[in-house]
Amino acid sequence: MKDYAADTASLETVPVSTSGDVVSMRQTVRILAQRNGLSLVHQTKLVTAASELGRNMLVYGGGGVVRAAPVLDAGRPGVFVEFRDKGPGIADLDLALTDGWTSGNGMGLGLSGAKRLVDEFDIESGPSGTTVRIVKWAK
Amino acid sequence: MNTESNIRLLVDTLTGQREEFLAQWTRTVGEDLRGRLSTAELGRELAELYDAVLTAVGTGSLDSRGEQFAETRSLLVELSRDRARQGFTPTETVRSVFALKEVLEPSLTGDAESARAYLQFGRLLDDLGMLTSEAYLRTREEIISSQAEQLLELSTPVVKLWDGVVGVPLVGTLDSARTQVVMEKLLQTLVDTDSTHAIIDITGVPTVDTQVAQHLLKTVVAARMMGAQCTISGIRPQIAQTIVALGIEFGDIPTNASLSDALRQALKEVALDAEDDVRGLL
Repeated sequence: MKDYAADTASLETVPVSTSGDVVSMRQTVRILAQRNGLSLVHQTKLVTAASELGRNMLVYGGGGVVRAAPVLDAGRPGVFVEFRDKGPGIADLDLALTDGWTSGNGMGLGLSGAKRLVDEFDIESGPSGTTVRIVKWAK
Repeated sequence: MNTESNIRLLVDTLTGQREEFLAQWTRTVGEDLRGRLSTAELGRELAELYDAVLTAVGTGSLDSRGEQFAETRSLLVELSRDRARQGFTPTETVRSVFALKEVLEPSLTGDAESARAYLQFGRLLDDLGMLTSEAYLRTREEIISSQAEQLLELSTPVVKLWDGVVGVPLVGTLDSARTQVVMEKLLQTLVDTDSTHAIIDITGVPTVDTQVAQHLLKTVVAARMMGAQCTISGIRPQIAQTIVALGIEFGDIPTNASLSDALRQALKEVALDAEDDVRGLL
C-alpha cells in the first residue's frame, strides 16, 4: 500500500485510550468522509471499519493513536485512516484475519470484517505494536 | 525588614480598613459577575472569606497549604462549587480571589516596605486562586460525570406500544453499560406489562459494529428466554450493507426496515395468539 500518511499535509490525530475516545474518533472519521464526497453507504462502511479497528486497538493493544486524512488518487478522493498501537502485537496474522476467530470474547469479525468494508487494507504487527492502515475511496 | 513585620503590617492594614476594602472588593467582583449574583449574597461570601484570610494571616502564616488556612480553603472550595453549579466561567470564579489584589494595591504600594508586604500577600492570593480553579474544575467534572449517568438513564426508555407489545427506541452509541441498562429495563417491562413481543428500534444508532451487534443479540436472546418474540427494526440501507459486509449474522432474529412494519407484524402475531387462546377455551 502506498504511504498515504507521508503524502498528506492535513493529518488529523486522535489519541484513543478510552471507549469514549473511540466514539469521538469515529466522529472525526465520519466528518472527513462526508467532506470528501463519500456516499452514505461508503461513509457508514468506513466509520464501522474505523470503529472495529479502534476498539481492537483499545482492547488488545492498550490504546493508541489514530491518524486520518483526506487523500487523492488520480483525481479520485478518498479517506485514509491509520491505527497505531504499542501493544504486544498479533502472533498469527492469518489466524486473526479468519472469520469467527477471536482471542477475546468478541464475535471474531472485527478485523476480517473491517478488511471487507474498506478498499485498501494493510496490517503490520510485531512485538512492538500493530499498525493498520485503511483507505476508502469515493466511487 | 522581615516576613514577621510584613505580616504585622498586612494584618494592621486589613483590620484597619476592613470596611472599605470589603466594600470595594464586593463592588469589583460584582461588576465582573454583572448582577448574576445578588450583592448581599456576594458581600456575605466575601466578608466570610476576608475574615478567614485575616485570621489566618494573623497567626503569622502566609502558607496557603498550612493548617491556619484550612477554613479559607474550605470557604473557597464552597465558593467555586457554587459558581461552577451556577454556570460562571472559571475566569469569573478565580477573579473573585484576584480582585482583592487590585483593591489592596493603592493602599499597600505607597512605600517599599508595604510593597514587599503586598507582594507576599499577592503570592498567597495566587495560591488561593489556583486552589479555587482546581476546586472549580473538580466540580465541573463531577457535574459532567453525573450528567453522563443521567443521560444513560434518559436515553433508554422502554415504551408500551400496544397491548402485549413493547418498544425500545435506541438512540446513540450502544456500549456495554447502556446495553446492560436496556436489557434490564426491557426484561422488567416485559414482566410488568405482560408483553409477548418486543421491538428494538435502532434507527437512532449511527454505527452498528460487531460490538453493538453482539450486545443486540444478547438482549434478544435474554428476551426470548422469557418467552417474548423480539424484532430488531430501523435497519437502514447503509446499515444493512455494512452488517452484511462485516459478516454478522442475525440468524433467525426477525428484522425490519421500519418500526411500523415491525409493529404491524407484531400485532398480527398478537392477534393470532389471541385467536388460538379463544379456540382453546372453546
